[in-house]
Amino acid sequence: MTISRDAILDWLKTFAATINENAAYLTQLDSDIGDGDHGANMNRGMQAVLTTLPGIADKDIGSIFKTVGMKLVSTVGGASGPLYGTMFMQMGNATAGKMELTLDDWVAAMQAGYDGVVMRGKAQPGDKTMIDALAPGLNALKVERDNGASIPSALNASASAAQQGMTATIPLVARKGRASYLGERSAGHQDPGATSSCYLLETAAETWNMTS
Amino acid sequence: MKKLINKPEDVVVEELRGIAAAHSDLVQVFYEPNYITRADAPIKGKVALVSGGGSGHEPMHGGFVGKGMLDAACPGAVFTSPTPDQMLEATKAVNGGAGVLHIVKNYTGDIMNFEMAADLARGEGIQVEAVVTNDDVAVKDSLYTAGRRGVGVTVLLEKIAGAAAERGDSLAQVKTIAEQVNAQGRSMGMALTSCTVPQAGKPTFELGDDEMEIGIGIHGEPGRTRMKLKSAHEIVEIMATAIVDDLPYKAGDEVLAFVNGMGGTPLIELYIVYNELYNFLKGRGIQIGRNLIGSYITSLEMAGCSLTLLKLDDQLKALWDAPVKTPGMRWGA
Repeated sequence: MTISRDAILDWLKTFAATINENAAYLTQLDSDIGDGDHGANMNRGMQAVLTTLPGIADKDIGSIFKTVGMKLVSTVGGASGPLYGTMFMQMGNATAGKMELTLDDWVAAMQAGYDGVVMRGKAQPGDKTMIDALAPGLNALKVERDNGASIPSALNASASAAQQGMTATIPLVARKGRASYLGERSAGHQDPGATSSCYLLETAAETWNMTS
Repeated sequence: MKKLINKPEDVVVEELRGIAAAHSDLVQVFYEPNYITRADAPIKGKVALVSGGGSGHEPMHGGFVGKGMLDAACPGAVFTSPTPDQMLEATKAVNGGAGVLHIVKNYTGDIMNFEMAADLARGEGIQVEAVVTNDDVAVKDSLYTAGRRGVGVTVLLEKIAGAAAERGDSLAQVKTIAEQVNAQGRSMGMALTSCTVPQAGKPTFELGDDEMEIGIGIHGEPGRTRMKLKSAHEIVEIMATAIVDDLPYKAGDEVLAFVNGMGGTPLIELYIVYNELYNFLKGRGIQIGRNLIGSYITSLEMAGCSLTLLKLDDQLKALWDAPVKTPGMRWGA
């Protein structure tokens, strides 16, 4: 079982739709501890991505991811632009030339994307950032892969680990980004970046359960 | 939300069109990607200064493009860092062969976007250096925060470094002066009201009629402490004490005192604040050698103010006094 290029395109569309539906919620989370623009920024970026997808639909998965990354860098702004942009560009490097992905390929892509986010943002798990959803999501994916799980069950495990990681940001005191200026007052709020990153892994599980 | 706008999503581009229509003698405006340059850019042999940041802080930065200050400014969406493609194009447009200095306020997004832009510009053979402002004493500077925010000092730095570049200083010299300004400047802000990002449609934080927020940044982000509203005398004492004790500024020092409005505070109140600051500093034996009073680095329609002190020497005074001709700051030219 593999993840086809069409499945990748469907995932990107589903992620864009989820961001669009939850833009106000993400912005509310960001207003609580940041500057109140995460939903609007991510929505602007993913809507821009949607307009570029038809033109690159016949390319390999690596090229698609790289184009998505470049588009996000130039349209999202804030910290999320370079972070999500770098993530997709690195995922593109890891999947260059591929027309479909095995579970191993997907793990490699996620690892490359994760490493890119860490390199660009210099955050560690527990800093109350998107890393807190991505790190457990990636770890669960690796554990499932090592246990010989199917793609849908590995993705489901990854999505629920990301959800737990997202929820676990609530009591944390932020140590990176604008929320860190609040010190102790950042505790008690869910991190908006961890929330959008959770959507990324949830929509992958949703989309590829049906199409794989 | 009550604002003088057409559509929330058109706010930045329509503001840029207004600047282009009003100040074509001073600046040129480019779109997609959005940036503003001096009308006479690039200037051969002169170090070019490029800054940028989220919109909503007007006149900073676009209003400071012109002779004696910035060569280019890149406006992002409201309260959102501009993107690397903007800074790259602006850097290429104003590079006069003597190198380009990026002036970056210390926010996570701004730092990352400017770093990506500098990498891209260097890849195209342009010499790029960056200076980061981080003067906000309200933020604890520790390993556990993103570091102090860049606020009021940014305005002073853009004026002073701009004058240094205009008189022909090298990239290394301009950078050194810029770093000196940042090292010798400290700021703190306070809010009487919140502000509303057009695309969010509602205030970014709630503040009661009898409350104020001390230690706010410039993006509607809440500050460090909320307290009952006090008199201008008490408010200035709280903020000026934090600023003076931080550097620290000592008896005998000469400073530039900058009283800045956050966007929704009238000049009558800013002068009341200035009078309090003047008396406070006099009590500490600190002399105000230069001053700046007005709304220069704002947070949309927020009511409130920020105070910035910059320790002066003869060179900084001369550079401050040098001619400047921009939409938002103009003297001697």
